[in-house]
Amino acid sequence: MTGKTLLSVQNLTMRFGGLTAIDNLSLNVPDQAITGIIGPNGAGKTTFFNCLTGFYKPTEGAVTLNHPTKGPIRLADLPSHKVAQAAQVVRTFQNIRLFAQMTVLENLVVAQHNALQKASMFSIAGLLRLPGYRKAAGEAVERALSWLKRLNLMDIVNVPAGALPYGTQRRVEIARALCVNPLLLCLDEPAAGLNPKESAELNTLLLHLVREEGVSILLIEHDMSVVMNVSDHICVLNYGRKIAEGTPAEIRVDPNVIKAYLGEDEDDQPVEKAS
Amino acid sequence: MTAIVHAHHTPTLSERLKDASAAAFIALILGIPMIGMTTVDQGGFLAVMTRWPQLALFVGLTFAGRILFSLALETIKRRSQGRKSGKSAASAAEAANAALKRGTKPESVIGWLAVGIAVALPIFFSEDRYIIDIATSVLIYIMLGWGLNVVVGLAGLLDLGYVAFYAVGAYTYALLSTQFGWGFWEALPVAGGLAALFGVLLGWPTLRLRGDYLAIVTLGFGEIIRLLLVNWTELSGGPNGITSIPRPSVFGYAFLPPDTEGSIADLLGIEFSPMHRLLFLYYLILLLALLTNLFVTAMRRLPLGRAWEAVREDEIACKAMGINVTTVKLSAFAIGAMLGGFAGVFFAARQGFISPESFTFSESAIILAIVVLGGMGSQLGVVLAALVLVMLPELGRDFAEYRMLLFGFAMIVIMVWRPGGILANRTPTLIHVPTGDKA
Amino acid sequence: MAQALQQLINGLTLGSVYGLIAIGYTMVYGIIGMINFAHGDVYMVSAFIAVTTFTLLAALGVSSVPLALLVVLVVAVLFTSAYGWTVERTAYRPLRNSTRLAPLISAIGMSIFLQNMVQVTQGARVKPVPPMLSDGITLFTSGSYSVRISSAQILIIVLTVVLMAGFTWLITRTAFGRQQRACEQDRLVTAFLGYNVDRIISLTFMIGAALAAVAGVMVTMYYGVVDFYIGFVAGIKAFTAAVLGGVGSLPGAMLGGLIIGLLESFWASYLSPEYKDIGTFVILIMVLMFRPSGLLGRPEVEKV
Repeated sequence: MTGKTLLSVQNLTMRFGGLTAIDNLSLNVPDQAITGIIGPNGAGKTTFFNCLTGFYKPTEGAVTLNHPTKGPIRLADLPSHKVAQAAQVVRTFQNIRLFAQMTVLENLVVAQHNALQKASMFSIAGLLRLPGYRKAAGEAVERALSWLKRLNLMDIVNVPAGALPYGTQRRVEIARALCVNPLLLCLDEPAAGLNPKESAELNTLLLHLVREEGVSILLIEHDMSVVMNVSDHICVLNYGRKIAEGTPAEIRVDPNVIKAYLGEDEDDQPVEKAS
Repeated sequence: MTAIVHAHHTPTLSERLKDASAAAFIALILGIPMIGMTTVDQGGFLAVMTRWPQLALFVGLTFAGRILFSLALETIKRRSQGRKSGKSAASAAEAANAALKRGTKPESVIGWLAVGIAVALPIFFSEDRYIIDIATSVLIYIMLGWGLNVVVGLAGLLDLGYVAFYAVGAYTYALLSTQFGWGFWEALPVAGGLAALFGVLLGWPTLRLRGDYLAIVTLGFGEIIRLLLVNWTELSGGPNGITSIPRPSVFGYAFLPPDTEGSIADLLGIEFSPMHRLLFLYYLILLLALLTNLFVTAMRRLPLGRAWEAVREDEIACKAMGINVTTVKLSAFAIGAMLGGFAGVFFAARQGFISPESFTFSESAIILAIVVLGGMGSQLGVVLAALVLVMLPELGRDFAEYRMLLFGFAMIVIMVWRPGGILANRTPTLIHVPTGDKA
Repeated sequence: MAQALQQLINGLTLGSVYGLIAIGYTMVYGIIGMINFAHGDVYMVSAFIAVTTFTLLAALGVSSVPLALLVVLVVAVLFTSAYGWTVERTAYRPLRNSTRLAPLISAIGMSIFLQNMVQVTQGARVKPVPPMLSDGITLFTSGSYSVRISSAQILIIVLTVVLMAGFTWLITRTAFGRQQRACEQDRLVTAFLGYNVDRIISLTFMIGAALAAVAGVMVTMYYGVVDFYIGFVAGIKAFTAAVLGGVGSLPGAMLGGLIIGLLESFWASYLSPEYKDIGTFVILIMVLMFRPSGLLGRPEVEKV
């Protein structure tokens, strides 16, 4: 952890007509760390991701990414593809959105579209098979293969993504997101459908990404064996509001969190937050 | 949404008969007002004519057909249940690698064979005007199919107004040549560029529309273009169209009778025959079509082509990967339109005369049928479908009437049976082989 | 002024017809989320059935126009509903769980099939019927221009109002209407609750076809001539009406129909008759670009 804040969320509010999905959420996501976002179903976690990555336009509030070279970038003003391209904030999806009819390798190469498109000069350099383009294309494939090797997916490299089992698809989606060269990787329930061994491998991968590759991670998860073990920092949402924030140890014993997940007894008094 | 699966059991004879009778009954109801009865013109007013024997035949055929159909369906189901369906990654990988080994070879062999036949055809039929004519028509539709394939098959944008770009190309050449004396080769790039521009203009309003709405809007655009061509007489010649469009020339020399200025026959010292022009036109469209194929196949392997396919698969995922879906879609429209425009230039040059009647929605529907029936994204499928489409009406006068009828029926059947189209079997553009990559 | 009033009457009549057809589009869209591309051609089939039945009745010596109209309406509605049922059963139901593209293409195939089926079985020429109910009331005369409303026009407007009222009652007050609305909201849950979703969807298609049949009979009687192409043209216009009013909203479909009908009449009369169809297409594109939920519809939010 560098101690700096990579992403600063200020007073974020998202309303759909009469429904307030996110209510005045403020959060600082630390640089080169793993931040977990947890909370009961319907707490607004995926909505939060959508607001970050340009899929929803927030009703109020600001989301600012402190880019190391480009300075602060206001994410809420950007269309979703710019969030990935300019701000290098890349996300995965709760329901897995792979390009089903394309092979795993093609999925990962398509993710590098912008760099390749530039190299192909509106496809002209590509059509003429100029060396500049061919070099870029080769590098793109290499990068894809290296991530596939790292995630143990080399045996299915030529398989159409739609034919893969669920757990494998999740890993492919993560590999694809990594090919976009993210500063901040937003993973939406990456451990869903993984068995304990695969979850442990995911933990190792996430830690490696942060420590060796310098990627920061924002993680929505229900699987506590993942979140509690790898997160440096956790934020707990319930009904669109932040109810707790802190280290895993602090969150584990926070009474508000326990109440949110397990419900309350009749004679419990409302508890004041300690921080 | 999950489908509710019924337990499988073999129908008894009485169940089959009941099912077929129900189908026959429906056929009877539908057939009474349309087949059983019709109105005929009795010199200014109508009289009713009944055709009960034909209705009986129709009902009988439906009954028999339904029984055969359910028998066939069962045989297919039984055979496919025999095959193992493993969902593990290992078996998926095996299946994919096996498919790769056998998948690309037959298709490319057939492809080369087809090209060979196409090149050799006129040599064997050099005196048969009829065959050359049909072959030329087939090639125009093949080129249009490959062009529309970029929009519908690769990018997944259901364009029902493709004929508009065909018209833009045709009318551009017609006007440039008749009003300003331009030649075929000079007009070709201009017409293609103008068609591409129209592609962007007509595609832009559809960007945020979902499949069905996009289809209707593109259909509307096709109709708008046609209505403009019919009514804007000063520009387009109205319903009468534009005539005396010059044929393409070769380096300034045209296919004119001997002793005429600029005649090729004179230049080469050969005997003049009207067939020369037809043969030239045939090879010209063959060249255009082959270039189209090479171009589209190459594009598939480039980032833009892959982006088209990715946008077809999942737009939202594309945005999350940083892909500007708007520009990708517009480029698909533009390039598809450009190819249609080129085909239009050839069409105008071949016919010598064009009118709005050639650019109706039916034409768009035919081209769409070719792409869909052939298998969206499949180059070879388009060839087969175009062959069937053009040859069917030639097999007999009766068939001409039934051509579109059969095509509509075929579209329904193929969508129900194989929603991907007959030859839909996507060839990957990147295959990793452990020692090196084949791209 | 008189001309405007006349166009108002003509426009309302035309709009009623478009509205009746538009209801079919909007109901089907509401329940299966897809456009019934073949709906316009089902309307066309009903017009041909009307022609044949009118001719048959005339040959049988039926001279009472109200009786003939009643018989033709019943006959057309019955047979056209069967066509509507068949369209759903063959082109839509087998593809209910497949991609978006497949049912649309199969419906286009159905549309092509129906158009050509009519062309082959009934002949490609237009079919004329003797003019009916063309007498009417002259409302007032201004100079040399008389504003009149024909009996046919009165009948169309009145019938449409009655049908709309009956229809709204059906959807809001009957059990079937509730099941139908439940299906629109959530098909799976409705099935779990024990309702026969297949039947509800079939009936929706059939009702849409029945209304289109009424429109087809009215149009045959009003214009006196039909051809196999009217389905295509009316289909696009009625679809535009459904979108304009807000797809999924029944009053919206009728409202949209009236607006399109009025617009067409006024455009044809004051601007240019040749380009009147372009006006409709332009409206369609404008609505879909700037206000896709239409006037009375509910906006759709796609789940990411």
